[in-house]
Amino acid sequence: MDQLINQWIDPYYMRIIILVGINIIMALGLNITTGVTGQLSMGHAGFMSLGAYASAILTVKLGAPFWLAILAGALVAAAFGFLIGLPALRLEGDYLAIVTIGFAEIVRVFFLNFEPGGKAVGLSGIPKETGFTLVFVITVVVILLTAWLLNSRLGKAFYALRENEIAASACGINTTSLKVWSFVIGAFLGGLGGALYSHYMYFISPQDFDFSRSIELLNMVVLGGLGSIPGTILGAGILTILPEMLRVVAEYRMLFYGALLVILMIFRPNGLLGDVRIYDLKKRLGKKEVNTCRS
Amino acid sequence: MFWQQLLNGITLGSTYALIALGYTMVYGIIQLINFAHGEIYMLGAFTGLFLVTVAGVNIGVALLGAMALCMLAGMLVERTAYRPLRGKSSRLSPLISALGVSIFLSNLMVLIVGVNTRRYPPEYSLGSFQIGGVQISSMQLIILVVSALFMIGLQYLTHKTKVGKAMRACSQDLEAASLMGIHVNRIISFTFAIGSALAAAGGVMVGLYYNAVWPYMGTMAGLKAFAAAVLGGIGSIPGAMLGGITLGVLEIMGVAYISSSFKDAIAFGILILVLIVRPQGILGRKLSKKV
Repeated sequence: MDQLINQWIDPYYMRIIILVGINIIMALGLNITTGVTGQLSMGHAGFMSLGAYASAILTVKLGAPFWLAILAGALVAAAFGFLIGLPALRLEGDYLAIVTIGFAEIVRVFFLNFEPGGKAVGLSGIPKETGFTLVFVITVVVILLTAWLLNSRLGKAFYALRENEIAASACGINTTSLKVWSFVIGAFLGGLGGALYSHYMYFISPQDFDFSRSIELLNMVVLGGLGSIPGTILGAGILTILPEMLRVVAEYRMLFYGALLVILMIFRPNGLLGDVRIYDLKKRLGKKEVNTCRS
Repeated sequence: MFWQQLLNGITLGSTYALIALGYTMVYGIIQLINFAHGEIYMLGAFTGLFLVTVAGVNIGVALLGAMALCMLAGMLVERTAYRPLRGKSSRLSPLISALGVSIFLSNLMVLIVGVNTRRYPPEYSLGSFQIGGVQISSMQLIILVVSALFMIGLQYLTHKTKVGKAMRACSQDLEAASLMGIHVNRIISFTFAIGSALAAAGGVMVGLYYNAVWPYMGTMAGLKAFAAAVLGGIGSIPGAMLGGITLGVLEIMGVAYISSSFKDAIAFGILILVLIVRPQGILGRKLSKKV
């Protein structure tokens, strides 16, 4: 299947498509933590890094099968998501932001000094197991699962928690366990994306998962629209493709990228598709005719 | 050894404190983490460097020049990237806008001067002297004195002057302050100017102290200073000073007695531990939420 597709699509475009898929998976995770539940996490790269390293060490050093490695990577990240979710119970907004930034920095410094991970040099020779089909299937499954989750009781409780924590707890929502859950789910998807990433890239180093990577992921969620699955997919797509398209302006690339973030925020302060959910889109499409009749 | 490390820690901490003040003042008024603040600090360090090397002025003049330029830069950033967003969006979009400005400024500097590390001319590495076994370099003394002066000045400004009173009023309630006839936008601009000037002073002095200035120096320094502001209790000016010095001392002690390769992790580890015990920071007020 992959070979067939590789014949038809240029490897450069293929690479972008696969990275879009991986970014969608990770951004959807962050969307649950930050977009839906409103717990500002600026250290998602930390979870990605844990997933990437844990899975790569399993396949490279211990010869574990690929599927086990990505599952283990995601679970390791989820375990750390649980740990980071605990301080989140007492912290709010920007205090939480700096704790998550700090967490990602600690993870980065840890891997800079971690012998099995190759220290600052990085870990190379990771088998290239991630292909288009796998990323595509996992992305679709993740999109469907998160859409189902957000539409479920748990998902609605997440939205309630973001809108008003006190009101939510007064309605009998257990805010404590929900906050931890939002971190665990977000971290799991971050780790999953990281594991897929490391098995696509051959090579990872701690520099791949620095603060700017966390920011990139947060940008995808905020730009697309907080709490919106279609928005997050759009945001991940745009922010993965945009830097590639900006290659035409060569050394001005990052300059444009920064300026575009500011401009986009000024014109669409709530993101491109703020809080639009998949079933809203369906409803809106279905309603079109009704609306014209009513007016 | 211990006293030497303590001195080094306080020196580093005072520069963190100078940057942290900008974060905390802006946060106190508009609840925005100004992620572009680290880049203003970097801009200050470069302006100082160019005034010294290219324009050939005295280092004191260079410090003032860098502060003046960064004041303008800070106000310009606020005007273009934050003001259009104020009041019409969630709190996250100004944050992304700030991150955009931060990427823009550091890459602008890369385009202008390249990625290489620049150094101040050697005549500024002045001598040092000893007091009771502790080696104090003149640069450390300058940093300590200048930071102390700025902090006292800031304390005077916020508590004894009319504009300071207006700033405090804005940080309590922006809307009520505007009803009392305070030009809120002007006060916010002013706050950015003061914060940026302090960051620029920090930038020039750190550039001299470590003798290294490069375009990405603002990112880590900005994160550390933000951590310091949160550690002290964000929004509180004495908190930022205390947080900065605490973080500086603990970081240097960690490097000296634990391990230097974990330098950045130590600062954040301490921060997380403190916040778990005291979620509002050392001097932060605990706000009870109203329904």
